[in-house]
Amino acid sequence: MTAVVSAEHLGLTFPTGDGDIVALSDVNLTIEKGDFVSFIGPSGCGKTTFLRTIADLEQPTSGTLTINGMSAEQAREARAYGYVFQAPALYPWRTIEKNVALPLEIMGYSQAQQAERIARTLELVNLSGFEKKYPWQLSGGMQQRASIARALAFDADLLLMDEPFGALDEIVRDHLNSELLKLWDRTQKTICFVTHSIPEAVYLSTKIVVMSPRPGRVTDIIESSLPRERPLDIRETPEFLEIAARVRDGLRAGHSYDGDLV
Amino acid sequence: MTRILPVLTILLAILVFWYAAAVWMNAPWQNTLNNRAGLENVPFTSFAQQTWAQDKPVLPAPHQVVGEIWNATMGLEFTSRRSLAYHGWITLSATLMGFAFGTALGVGLAVAIIHNDASDRSLMPWIIASQTIPILAVAPMVVVGLGAVGLTGLVPKALISMYLSFFPVVVGMVKGLRSPENIQLDLMRTYDASSWQVFWKLRWPAAMPFLFASMKVGIAISLIGAVVAELSNAAGGGLGVRLLTGSYNGQTIQIWAALFIAAGLAAVLVAIVGSAERVVNRRMGVRA
Repeated sequence: MTAVVSAEHLGLTFPTGDGDIVALSDVNLTIEKGDFVSFIGPSGCGKTTFLRTIADLEQPTSGTLTINGMSAEQAREARAYGYVFQAPALYPWRTIEKNVALPLEIMGYSQAQQAERIARTLELVNLSGFEKKYPWQLSGGMQQRASIARALAFDADLLLMDEPFGALDEIVRDHLNSELLKLWDRTQKTICFVTHSIPEAVYLSTKIVVMSPRPGRVTDIIESSLPRERPLDIRETPEFLEIAARVRDGLRAGHSYDGDLV
Repeated sequence: MTRILPVLTILLAILVFWYAAAVWMNAPWQNTLNNRAGLENVPFTSFAQQTWAQDKPVLPAPHQVVGEIWNATMGLEFTSRRSLAYHGWITLSATLMGFAFGTALGVGLAVAIIHNDASDRSLMPWIIASQTIPILAVAPMVVVGLGAVGLTGLVPKALISMYLSFFPVVVGMVKGLRSPENIQLDLMRTYDASSWQVFWKLRWPAAMPFLFASMKVGIAISLIGAVVAELSNAAGGGLGVRLLTGSYNGQTIQIWAALFIAAGLAAVLVAIVGSAERVVNRRMGVRA
């Protein structure tokens, strides 16, 4: 097994007018190829910052971080990952197929390769038939699926997802979660997934990273014992509930560290 | 019909008001004329008609202006020095050239400003200062100055138009090119896109609504710039010259006719920019 992401003593401090804000402190984490890793924690725990650091959208101020053995900057320049943001961030003047084509145009894929990849990834996220639609003609869930297709269109083995379903309702979310698991199984990608929903984290992940705020640090790393094949009703099994309870304990422990919850 | 009716009502109200105002404003001179001619107790209907048919009225009646426009466009050879079509064309060509220069300059400055913090700080104060100077003061200096070095005709007038029309384009495009959200810019960074790609695939399309809004303002003031520039060079012709000679000679009908041609031109030009905007919007999938 090779480490896709490896963080050692990673720290990140934002200087502000009111003094420094510690967003990450002493984060140690290894993500193996094929892992589905969820980052869970309350707002301000640094989970999004950590994801953005992997993506070289933020620069760590201490420690080391390697992606596929490279620095984060080299990995970004090598187009090593696809990033899915909280909002779909589709370009409104482009049709769905043109939005998926955006990274392919930038990376210089030929017209034929673009067409083939657009068709394949839209099929993967169940959006075949919507190629010519503009984003505003699609529902929020469909827009977010299009943004996932866009992140899958080029050959990145690592998928970074920052609360991609946070703005969607429970029913759509359940559906997209099971779709995402199937997609993960079919594509064999490594996925880093930020969420603040315990059931979502437990349902999706092979590894759950529990984080706590001020300063952002990892309080627990839970290896899931659930099988790769996960029907939605696995969420009622004792095994699932046991992992969920451990996540909840981890979150609570993180909070009591602050002294604001006894 | 429900949309036409209010428009017609307003138009009718304006015409009624205008004719009434013409009677009122032309009455003193008409009384003088009638007294000289020994006419007394002229019935009101005849008197009103007299006030609407003066040679040099204080306020010409609408049909006099329309008649003058017709005579001075359709009734004359295009090349005639009295043809409003000829003068309108001179003004239009200066307007279009100045608008093209102004838009190009405005976009160029906006691109420099958004890509470089130093140019933002060093250019913006000058750009704003340029618009605080009355154009009426600058135009003669530019037209006469360039004339002294042998540059006459279209270009000096176009430069004045440019001077006015680049400003809304700079301001609008700086705003427009900066309008992409952080998340859209971050996305480009995750693709390791070059700044050239970020510009053409994100900033430029995002700025389109701002560009068209700026160009609508720009083309209208571009026409004003051309007319003002023409005031400084009576030999060059143009609607501005017709306004000037009309006011020298008390030819109020001629002034009003030139004003209406100028206003009509501006309306048509803004409408053309508006339809170009609709074409672009359709191609960019903007929700109708």
